[in-house]
Amino acid sequence: MSESPAVPKQNDAATRPGLIRVALQSPSFMVGIVLTLCFTLAALVSFVWTPFDVTQLVISDKLKTPSGLHWFGTDNFGRDIFSMVMVGARTSIAVALIAVSIGICAGVPLGLLAAARHGSLLDEVIMRTNDLVFAFPALLMAIMITAVFGPGAINAIIAIGIFNIPVFARLARGAALSLWTRDYVLAARVSGKGPARISAEHILPNITNLLIVQGTIQFSLGILAEAGLAYVGLGTQPPLPSWGRMLSDAQTMIYIAPHMAIFPGLAIVFTVLGLNLMGDGMRDIFDPKLRRAR
Amino acid sequence: MLPFLIKRLVSLCLSLVAASLVIFFVIEVVPGDPASFMLGMNAEPDTVAALRDSLGLNASIPLRYWQWVSGLLQGEFGTSYTYKVPVRELIADRIWVSLPLAALALLLSTLIAFPVGVIAAARRNSPADVSIMGVTQLGIAVPNFWFAMLLVMFFAITLRWFSAGGFPGWDAGLFAGLKALTLPAVALALPQASILARVMRSSLLDTLGEDFVRTARAKGLSQRQALWRHALRNALIPVLTIIGLQFSFLLAGAIIIENVFFLPGLGRLVFQGITQRDLIVVKSVIFLLVFAVILVTFIVDMTYAIVDPRLRRARA
Repeated sequence: MSESPAVPKQNDAATRPGLIRVALQSPSFMVGIVLTLCFTLAALVSFVWTPFDVTQLVISDKLKTPSGLHWFGTDNFGRDIFSMVMVGARTSIAVALIAVSIGICAGVPLGLLAAARHGSLLDEVIMRTNDLVFAFPALLMAIMITAVFGPGAINAIIAIGIFNIPVFARLARGAALSLWTRDYVLAARVSGKGPARISAEHILPNITNLLIVQGTIQFSLGILAEAGLAYVGLGTQPPLPSWGRMLSDAQTMIYIAPHMAIFPGLAIVFTVLGLNLMGDGMRDIFDPKLRRAR
Repeated sequence: MLPFLIKRLVSLCLSLVAASLVIFFVIEVVPGDPASFMLGMNAEPDTVAALRDSLGLNASIPLRYWQWVSGLLQGEFGTSYTYKVPVRELIADRIWVSLPLAALALLLSTLIAFPVGVIAAARRNSPADVSIMGVTQLGIAVPNFWFAMLLVMFFAITLRWFSAGGFPGWDAGLFAGLKALTLPAVALALPQASILARVMRSSLLDTLGEDFVRTARAKGLSQRQALWRHALRNALIPVLTIIGLQFSFLLAGAIIIENVFFLPGLGRLVFQGITQRDLIVVKSVIFLLVFAVILVTFIVDMTYAIVDPRLRRARA
């Protein structure tokens, strides 16, 4: 194992202490993880404590600009924007997290199955169905679903989740296909293991890194999509605060209270930025070749 | 080339059929009875029956699907339930806002991304590259509708250079129309330009590492000459893919941006359709947008085959 911290060898990064050391040296990963932790923490803390109650309307305090008491100011109903951003983090994270889970839970098995039966009719059907879902922009999918089932967080989750399925199916299939030619997979086949067992025991553990990186990126896209849907009124419904809804409320007040639009927007930007930096950083850490190339 | 073309055409048709089936199934079959869905819970049974009749809902599901598709083939989308005019007319009015908006945004995004990506790749790891990568990272994270609101605050409310929304119509003159579309197009273009610039940079860096670039340098070309004459052209293939993909994002993104700026485009039409439960409008506009996306993907595929003959053989 290499002792040089500057250019670690491939097996170095594969070991835990090596990984952590490389992670600590990657500034973008560190910034990303700090930002992500901040918003996760804000969301968790909001379950037990917020500076003000977000359900309480105090009309006498309406449209206050940021101050020591109300850090981000108040909205047109006198609600504390800082508290609402905290609770909004909860909604955004929950929607995006469940949507990514749907994508992984449905997409990865499909991709592995397609790879295990490579070239069969099943493979063709799975991949062409994926292409079709891919051709539907996620937003159109969401609009169609909400047009029929009505707006709401659950339908937003379904719409974003469905769009995530082909992303993970393609990724899993592509990565799995290259692994199926490896000697250790051949050895497993010779020893009598079936395709399902090989996929679960030998393929899946080797593509986990890729899935985590893509999961982070889809998570950030999910937050943007949820905000967009909530903004046009198709996502999370009031009284539950969500960043997208806060922005759509802010739009009507844009002439008199611009601060209402600034903070929820910044919250989205920093969360998405944090997740993207974390994803990029992880990709570099998991793939030493890429790290050297950069 | 011909077998490739035929194969792609068949797959284009299959995609369109599949897309129309999905849209038909979700909008017409899933809600149960579209007529009572459109009229709401308190509708009189007589009214529902009359609407069922006029929409032709008493026919079997396969027949209804066939009627819808054969109408689409003739450019007939049906009659809007709320506006009482053919959906074709509604779309024809609004497409002249949405299409120029998406085109303007695509143009802007390409115009910004190309030079920025080339500079970043040519001066790799320089302060210019690092700051470009930082800004594009931020650009990807900014939701376009929020950026649109910031643009309104600054350019419409503070500076008063543009109006905060609305569209005067192309009758008011080309300049007035373009002026109304400028802020929305900038808002749409920024995140896409960030993605495109990053793709441009990494694609160009990949190509600059290729043997033929080294050969070009060895025969005496400067790094700059090798970049412009040899690397850039070869780096364009992944960039073309992303431009093609971006068109679908721009069309979908335009739906939200049109709502920020109160532009009377297809996006507003869809949302009005949803709030008024006008499923005929929703169905038609969504099909049209999906059609556009599938068609653009097809065109991009064809462009590649022309640009890079290797792909023809590999895919045929």
